[in-house]
Amino acid sequence: MRYIRLVKDKSARQIMLGIAIFSLLLLLVIGLSLFLKALPIVKEKSLWVLLTSGNWKPFKGEFGFLPYILSTLYVSILAIIIALPLSMLTSIYLCTYASKSIRRIFEPVIDLLSGIPPVIYGVWGSLTIVPLIADKIAPHFVEFSSGYTVLAGGVVLAIMILPLLVSVLLEVFRALPKEMTEASLSMGATKWQTVKKVMLRRSVSGIIAAIVLSVSRAFGETIAVLMVCGNIPLVPHSLFDACYPLPALIANNYGEMLSMPSYESALMLGAFLLFIIIVIFNGISRLTLNQIEKRYSL
Amino acid sequence: MAIKNLKYQEEKIFKILMILSAISIMSILFHIIGTILYKGLPGLSWDMVTKLPGGGFYLGKEGGVLNAIVGSVYLIIGSLTISLFLSVPLVLYINFYLPVKSVFTSIIRFSFDILFGVPSIVYGAFGFALMMFLGIRASLMGGIIAVAFLIMPIMMRSFDEVARLLPRDLPDALLSLGATKYEMIKVILRQLMPGLVTAILLAVGRGIGDAATVLFTAGYTDNIPVSLNQPAATLPLSIFFQLGSPVEEVQNRAYASALILTGIILVLSFSARYFSSKYSKNKI
Repeated sequence: MRYIRLVKDKSARQIMLGIAIFSLLLLLVIGLSLFLKALPIVKEKSLWVLLTSGNWKPFKGEFGFLPYILSTLYVSILAIIIALPLSMLTSIYLCTYASKSIRRIFEPVIDLLSGIPPVIYGVWGSLTIVPLIADKIAPHFVEFSSGYTVLAGGVVLAIMILPLLVSVLLEVFRALPKEMTEASLSMGATKWQTVKKVMLRRSVSGIIAAIVLSVSRAFGETIAVLMVCGNIPLVPHSLFDACYPLPALIANNYGEMLSMPSYESALMLGAFLLFIIIVIFNGISRLTLNQIEKRYSL
Repeated sequence: MAIKNLKYQEEKIFKILMILSAISIMSILFHIIGTILYKGLPGLSWDMVTKLPGGGFYLGKEGGVLNAIVGSVYLIIGSLTISLFLSVPLVLYINFYLPVKSVFTSIIRFSFDILFGVPSIVYGAFGFALMMFLGIRASLMGGIIAVAFLIMPIMMRSFDEVARLLPRDLPDALLSLGATKYEMIKVILRQLMPGLVTAILLAVGRGIGDAATVLFTAGYTDNIPVSLNQPAATLPLSIFFQLGSPVEEVQNRAYASALILTGIILVLSFSARYFSSKYSKNKI
């Protein structure tokens, strides 16, 4: 009887260790398999040419990623420009001014916003943001715009990264020791002065980490951008040009690519680029955030 | 005096700005839900949820999206099972088997933080590469594998958060009574049940709403799959494809499907909230 118990215990331990090792390798396996899939195209053409050329003619064997990379960058940067002030103000409010009941009302709002699937954001964006831009905003600036633009992508992405930004910023602000802000308040500073001179100054690294984290979230967003960005493979020159972010490219061509090995390899290179950039961004910001947590929790 | 006034004025301005931005975030949420309701309700009918797409469905003729609903449910059940079997032992292992401040634990947590940030399209591409390697075609099986990878970090992280907060006295008490570690975690698991349910609901919400992962891997079909080798339709993709149609009735159906999906997500999200509030009183 005793023997069986011990065997059970031992085998459970071995299985769990196996799972732990497997999960540790997961990141590596994902990266490696995408890399191996992308290798043929990198061998055929140099990485530099692939990244800086603007020609995308898969059936002539030309794969220039520049428009896609720039589109992704523009859309994500625009998203963070829109989302950052909103989420900064909101999280400062929730952290310092808001009463407990307001915080309790706000919690499910953030939860729901982060729970809404991308495709719903896409539907909403194409129903509201796109016509708004086409009919109301764009006519003031350019002669014609379909509405499926960099701006539309930026706005929709901004809303999609809001919940992440707010919750990470809240975490950052909350990690600050209470004594710090209380000392400032007791010296006669107003709440806002305390926020400006103590809270924000002490959490610069955390705020940067939050920004990097949400930018990398924006990089990878697929279906929603696909539905509002217009998907024209040219380098966009203004907010009112259509664009074609990298994830949308991968998603849109999954069927076609099977016919040509180099096409498939090029798209896998796109996925690999996304993966590696996001892993690096995430890694840096998570390390920073972990350190912040450690610094004050001791 | 002037300076003093200035400081109060600044305070006031920023306070108003903060309240405005909080309100705007809240109203965005209501606007999204409102738009989906407004557009989706007219198209919603009993047929939508009980019928398969009929002939000429994509031209605006009769039928529903039962194929997508059932496909999504099959898919999520499969991938949930896989990721449960991986993430639950993992969380128990790093929390209760390894020493409290082990390097291995922090490396695993860190790698899951990163995996959590990997976008669904990359999981889709990886799943696709894996399927090519294994020789599987776009099918329910492929979708299940890809979505399992997608939701595993979500489940692991949120379950881990609860497991970390468990008072250390419980495992110590169990061990001191002579239980083996395996017997110990069986008791602990029961204690962590509400946290696990929250983690499952969160993961299901993410998995059921994701389109980019299944786009490559699960394919699309008008029928309900009867085996793992057959392609399966999913709700997000069904919305996406219907919306692409120029026919107005089909588009209306896309809005109705969007409403169905939003409804599912709302229910999941609120029940997750209910279970987690049972467990920890204040999170924010």
